Amino acid sequence: MTRKKAFKFNAASSKRAKEIVARYPEGRQASAVMPLLDIAQRQNSGWLSREAMEYVARYLDMPIIRVYEVATFYTMYNLQPVGRHLVQVCTCTPCWLRGSDAVLDACRKSLGVDVGETSDDGFATLMEVECLGACVNAPMMQIDDEFFEDLDAKSTAELFEFLKRGDRPKSGPQAGRRSSEPAGGPTTLREISHLPKN
Amino acid sequence: MPNITIDGQALEVPAGITVLQACEYAGIEIPRFCYHERLSIAGNCRMCLVEMERVPKPIASCAMPISEGMVVRTNTELVKKAREGVMEFLLVNHPLDCPICDQGGECDLQDQAMSYGRGLNRFEENKRAVKDKNLGPLIKTVMTRCIHCTRCIRFASEVAGVEELGATGRGEHMEVGTYVEKALTSELSANMIDLCPVGALTSKPYAFMARPWELQGTETVDVHDAVGANIRVDARGPQVLRVLPRLNEAVNGEWISDKTRFACDGLRRQRLDRPLVRRGGRLVTATWDEAFEAVAGALKPLTGKQIAAITGDLADAEALCALKDLFSALRSDNIECRQDGAKLDSACRTGYLFNTTIAGIDRADACLLVGTNPRWEAPLVNARLRKRYLAGGFNVALVGQPVDLTYPIDHLGDDPKSLLALAKGSHPFAKVLAAADRPMIVLGMGALTRDDGAAILAKAREVAERTGMISDGWNGFNVLHTAASRVGGLDLGLVAPGIDKILDATSSGKIKFVYLMGADELDMNRLGKAFVVYQGHHGDAGARRADVVLPGAAYTEKNATYVNTEGRPQRARVAVFPPGQAREDWKIVRALSESLGKTLPYDTLSQVRQRMGEVASAMNAVDEVLSAPWGKFGKSGTVKATPLVPPIIDFFQTDPISRSSPTMKECSAVAAGENRATGTNG
Repeated sequence: MTRKKAFKFNAASSKRAKEIVARYPEGRQASAVMPLLDIAQRQNSGWLSREAMEYVARYLDMPIIRVYEVATFYTMYNLQPVGRHLVQVCTCTPCWLRGSDAVLDACRKSLGVDVGETSDDGFATLMEVECLGACVNAPMMQIDDEFFEDLDAKSTAELFEFLKRGDRPKSGPQAGRRSSEPAGGPTTLREISHLPKN
Repeated sequence: MPNITIDGQALEVPAGITVLQACEYAGIEIPRFCYHERLSIAGNCRMCLVEMERVPKPIASCAMPISEGMVVRTNTELVKKAREGVMEFLLVNHPLDCPICDQGGECDLQDQAMSYGRGLNRFEENKRAVKDKNLGPLIKTVMTRCIHCTRCIRFASEVAGVEELGATGRGEHMEVGTYVEKALTSELSANMIDLCPVGALTSKPYAFMARPWELQGTETVDVHDAVGANIRVDARGPQVLRVLPRLNEAVNGEWISDKTRFACDGLRRQRLDRPLVRRGGRLVTATWDEAFEAVAGALKPLTGKQIAAITGDLADAEALCALKDLFSALRSDNIECRQDGAKLDSACRTGYLFNTTIAGIDRADACLLVGTNPRWEAPLVNARLRKRYLAGGFNVALVGQPVDLTYPIDHLGDDPKSLLALAKGSHPFAKVLAAADRPMIVLGMGALTRDDGAAILAKAREVAERTGMISDGWNGFNVLHTAASRVGGLDLGLVAPGIDKILDATSSGKIKFVYLMGADELDMNRLGKAFVVYQGHHGDAGARRADVVLPGAAYTEKNATYVNTEGRPQRARVAVFPPGQAREDWKIVRALSESLGKTLPYDTLSQVRQRMGEVASAMNAVDEVLSAPWGKFGKSGTVKATPLVPPIIDFFQTDPISRSSPTMKECSAVAAGENRATGTNG
C-alpha cells in the first residue's frame, strides 16, 4: 500500500453499487459492504488500496475500521497490488493428491515467480489457495474469475501461453471432459445422447 | 419471572437475563473474559461454559437467555473439563510473561488460570507473536498477550462512541488494532485498561511503577470536573501512583475520564511545599509564622471593603466555609467563588444544579444543550447522554459551537438566537421538547460566563417552564459546571459581588488585598498593585503573582467535601500526606484566623462540617442529592447574538494539576495534532 491515489467509483461501478445498496432497507446500507468492496477491487486493478476502502466506508457511511475488518477477514480481497491476472492454484488435499505440485511448478516456471509474487512485467500474481470447491476436477486453479480444471504441467503451461498471447483460454476442464462426469466416460445413463461416449 | 434450577437450587429470576446473570443471582461465580455487564454480549471467549439439561453440549452462559424450567449445572465434571479445555486453548498463544507484565497480580487470566485451569499445557509448538500497536500516550500495548475478548473494541464503539478499534485478519492472524496507527480520540479511552482482562492493554504512564499488592488504595472523589467521579487512589508511600474508577451507578458508573485517571502525575510536580513570602521582588521560603505575620501586616490597615477573596476550581467546601467565616469576621462580603464569571446566583439552588441528576439522564427523552461541550466539560455526563441515545428515542439539539459528541445532534445555530425562539415556543425544536415526557436542558458555562449570562439563564428557565421540563418527580433544568468546587461555593454563598467588579476594583486600587484560594484561571494583570495571598498546592499563575504563598493540600491529601454539579456532596479522603509543610486548607485558614486575632470557632474537621451544615443544610446529605424547589432565577435582559464559545479549549489542560502533568501535556500535544514520533516507538 504505497501508492497514494484518490479513488472514486467510475460510472459503471457507481451504477452497480447503487443497485446493490438499493437491495437493503434504508439505514442498513452497511450490508452492502462486501459487494461494494468487490466492485472497488475490480475497478482498482484487482486490489483494494486504503483509499478504495476509505471511499467505500464513506459511500456506506461506515466507520473505516469496520470496512477494514471485512477487507482483512476475507482472503478474496487483495490488500496489495496484484498483476493483470490473478492465478490461484489450489493445493488442498484432493488437488494435491491429483498432482497440484506439478501444476504449481508449471506456474512457477511459466510466470517466473514463486507463490505470493507478481511477475516483473506485472503480467500475473501467483497464489496458493485453499479448496475452491472443484475437487471432482482436481487439480485445478482459478485465473481471474474462471476455473481451469483437470490440469497437468503441460496444459498449465499452454494456458499461460494463451494468456500471454492475449487470448482467452477456454475455461473448465482441460483434459477432454465436458464437466465433472467420470473421467473414463459415463458409467450410468449411457443412453443420454449429449454425453460423450467412450 | 421464570423459574429455573441452578446446581439444584430452585430460583425465580427476572425475565430477559442470561444464564450467567442468573448464576450471579444464585451467588455462583462463572469465569468469564469477554462478558462485561456494561457492554454488548460477544460470547467469544467460551470461558463461561456451563451444562444445561437436555442440551448435548456445554453452553456459553453469557449469551444464553433464561427460559422457564431451565436446569443448569455449573459444578459438574463436564463443566470442569470444558473450562480446563478453554483455558488451555487461551494459554496456547498467551506468552505467560507474568513476571514482566504490569497486569500481574490483578489479571483475570492469571486468576482464572489458577482457579479453573489444569496447570498443564500440552502445546509444544511455537506461540504466535503479534506486533504491538501504538494507541497513543496513555495505553501501552503488548498485543501478543491479547486473548481476543474484544472488550476494548466494544467499549470504543459502544461507550466511548469512537469506532476506531477493530479486529483485523481472521483465525490465527486476528489482531486487535486501529485502521491506521494513531492515538485513540476518546477522552474515556483508558477505561480499556481496566476492561482488558489480560496485560494486552496496560497503563503507559504507570508502566513498571508498582505491583498492585504494594499499593495502598483510598476511596475518594475526583476534582478535575464537576462530576465528582468516584475514584480509588493507589499510593505507595508518599506518591500517588495511579487513579482507578470506583463503582457508583449514580455518578460515574464504572468509568472515569482520561484526565481523572492520568493527571495524578501532576501531583508530584510544581508543588508548593513550604510557605513563601515575597521579599525584594522574589518569593523566598519562610516559616508559617512569618507568612501569617506578612498577611496580618498587609491586612492591618485595611477595612472590609478593601479586601477580597477569590476561590478557585479545586477548593474544598471546608476551606471555602472557613474562608467565608474569616472574611465575615474581617467584615468583608467580597468573597467570590465564580472565578470564571458565571452569572449564577446562590439564592435559588435549583437554578445552579444539574437537577435531573446524572442517573436521571437515563429517563429523559429529549435534550437541549446550550453553550456546552459535555464531552470535554464532563465526559461522564456525555457518556450517559450517549448511553441514553443508544437506548433509542432521544433527540438532542445543541445551541452553540457544533461539536462531535459521539451521538447525532440537531445544531440550532452558534449563537443564542434559537434559544429566544425556543423560549417563545416558535422554534420547531420547542415542539419536540414539549412533546417529550421528560425533556431536559443543559446549560453550560459557555453560555453563563458571558456578559448576558443572567439573561440566557432566564431564557433557559422560560424554555424549561414552557416545554414542561418541570413536573412532579421530574426537573429537566440543568446547569453543567466545570469546576469541582463551584456548587459548594454557591451553596455556601460565596457570591458577592461578581468577579468582574472585584477585579475592576482591584486594578483601580480600591481593593488592596486579594486572597486567592487556589484561583489560577484569572487574568493576574487585573490584580493591579494589590497584596495577593495565594493558598493552594501548585505553583501556577496565582502563586507566581502572589506576595505570600500558603501551601495547601491537593484533593488526594485532605479529608474534604466536594459538591458535584448535581448538588451531591461527596467526601474526598487522605490518600497521601501533603508534601513538606503543606497543610489541609481549612486548617490553614483556621491558623491564619488565630494570628489575625479573629479565631474561628472550630478546631476539628467535624466542627467545620457542622458549621458547613449550618450554612448550607444540603452539605449534611453526604452522597445524596436533595431536590431543590423550583423558583425564579436569572435576570431578564437582552441576549446578544454573538456565538457561544465553549469554556474548555484544551480538555487535558484545565487546572493546576493537569497543567503540571507531563502525561496530560503529551495528550494535549497529541490531540493538537503534533503526533511526535520519538526514536523508541518505531
